Amino acid sequence: MLSDISLRLAPGSFHFLTGPSGSGKSTFLKLCYAELAPTAGRLTLFDRDVRSLSRDDVALTRRRIGVVHQDCQFLDHLPLAANVALPLTVAGRPSVAADLSDLLGWVGLGQLAEAKPPSLSGGERQRAALARAIIMGPDVILADEPTGNLDWEMSLRLLTLLVELNRMGKTILIATHDLNLIRQAKSHLAARVLRISKRRIQLAGADL
Amino acid sequence: MITARSQTDRVVPPSGAPATLTSFTAGAMTFLAVFALALSLASGRLADRWASALDRTATIRISAPDDQIARQTQAVLDVLSTTPGIASARAQTQDEQRKLLEPWFGPDLPLTDLPLPQLIEVIEAPEGYDSEGLRQRLAAEAPGAVLDDHTRWRKPMAEAASRLRLLGVLSILLIGAAMAAMITLAANAALSANAQVIKVLRLVGAKDNFIARAFVRRFTLRAAAGSAVGALAGTLGVALLPAQDAAGGFLTGLGFSGAGWLLPFTLPLLAGAVAFVATRVAAFTTLRRLT
Repeated sequence: MLSDISLRLAPGSFHFLTGPSGSGKSTFLKLCYAELAPTAGRLTLFDRDVRSLSRDDVALTRRRIGVVHQDCQFLDHLPLAANVALPLTVAGRPSVAADLSDLLGWVGLGQLAEAKPPSLSGGERQRAALARAIIMGPDVILADEPTGNLDWEMSLRLLTLLVELNRMGKTILIATHDLNLIRQAKSHLAARVLRISKRRIQLAGADL
Repeated sequence: MITARSQTDRVVPPSGAPATLTSFTAGAMTFLAVFALALSLASGRLADRWASALDRTATIRISAPDDQIARQTQAVLDVLSTTPGIASARAQTQDEQRKLLEPWFGPDLPLTDLPLPQLIEVIEAPEGYDSEGLRQRLAAEAPGAVLDDHTRWRKPMAEAASRLRLLGVLSILLIGAAMAAMITLAANAALSANAQVIKVLRLVGAKDNFIARAFVRRFTLRAAAGSAVGALAGTLGVALLPAQDAAGGFLTGLGFSGAGWLLPFTLPLLAGAVAFVATRVAAFTTLRRLT
């Protein structure tokens, strides 16, 4: 799927990963949160080789990486608040109701804490996924087509949240084929754009 | 504050049929285990009773013409009094012999008209006696005397009781193994049905131990609860069996005695332990497979 990749995401950087559908954007993200392992070469996460990580190490590494999945990946039997607090739950850390409420309010879902995921709109689900991705205070946030199901207004709102997080020092990588979103982001911050082409990842030029 | 512990149990959705199956299986198996336990304990008591009643006794039967009975009886008693390992010996009276025969022939048996042998009851001393040597001396002193040390029929009875006890224990072990197998199948079904939940939990950083714990806790509690109901029902069933009666023999002695009535209530703990181990093994095996 991908080959000859050599890149490093610097802490605090903001990257877009673009390319046509099926080019390997999601595969690259999966490599970044250790759902997939490279078949050849070396992949390090937080300076540790992925191949040397035990199953528990992989779990601990994922706690430092917040992921916004394209299909959100919620537990439909739990209310939204419990889904957002899930990373804290699995880490054995208590979630403070007030903090959780603040976070849901920050992503504009304060009134939907008890709603079940299937009852939410696409935009609400994407924002809830973002809230879940950042609740542990991760160092890195990965987002796979986070605006795929959103209208332009909602896309900008989500982008604004991600830009805000980047300004807090988080490393952001967004896989998207939405060039308008990328242009909009580049007008606000120094985002770098990586393009997947012919199974390789290259730094895109300024022609976007 | 929302505690992590209260959330842990909720991350896995209700398991439906597999969890219900676990409760039912644990209940049914425990119900059967109570009867196996009762059988095993009753067999043990029976074996002990037979052993203690017969182990230290023997009977000497004297069949001789009327005019020789008294002489041979006295001769036998003399031999016994000088035999090492014999604690006591005495000839049974006619009344005692009548009581022995009463269940079969009724109270009006004309004992004096019947050619019945004279019975001598022998109580063995703890160190025991040489039965072969005694037989030879009896043959010399009282040709009509025959020593019956009960070995001939005591041994197979004691063996039968021991085997019955062993079968009871084996049944309990098999019931435990069958319950473990059923709970393993139910846990595997629940784990397979929740593959997507497991995937999500892993994506947000759950360790295998956390995921396994959610399933193990649920199945352990289900099994223990089902087993408690089964233990209660089984104990009630045993309690409702007819009380022990000499005429009823072994079957009416099937039950618990004294502190033994508490034993069935240890079964839910065992069922919980079996479920804990079975679910934990199943969970970790499945989680290793679901990479």
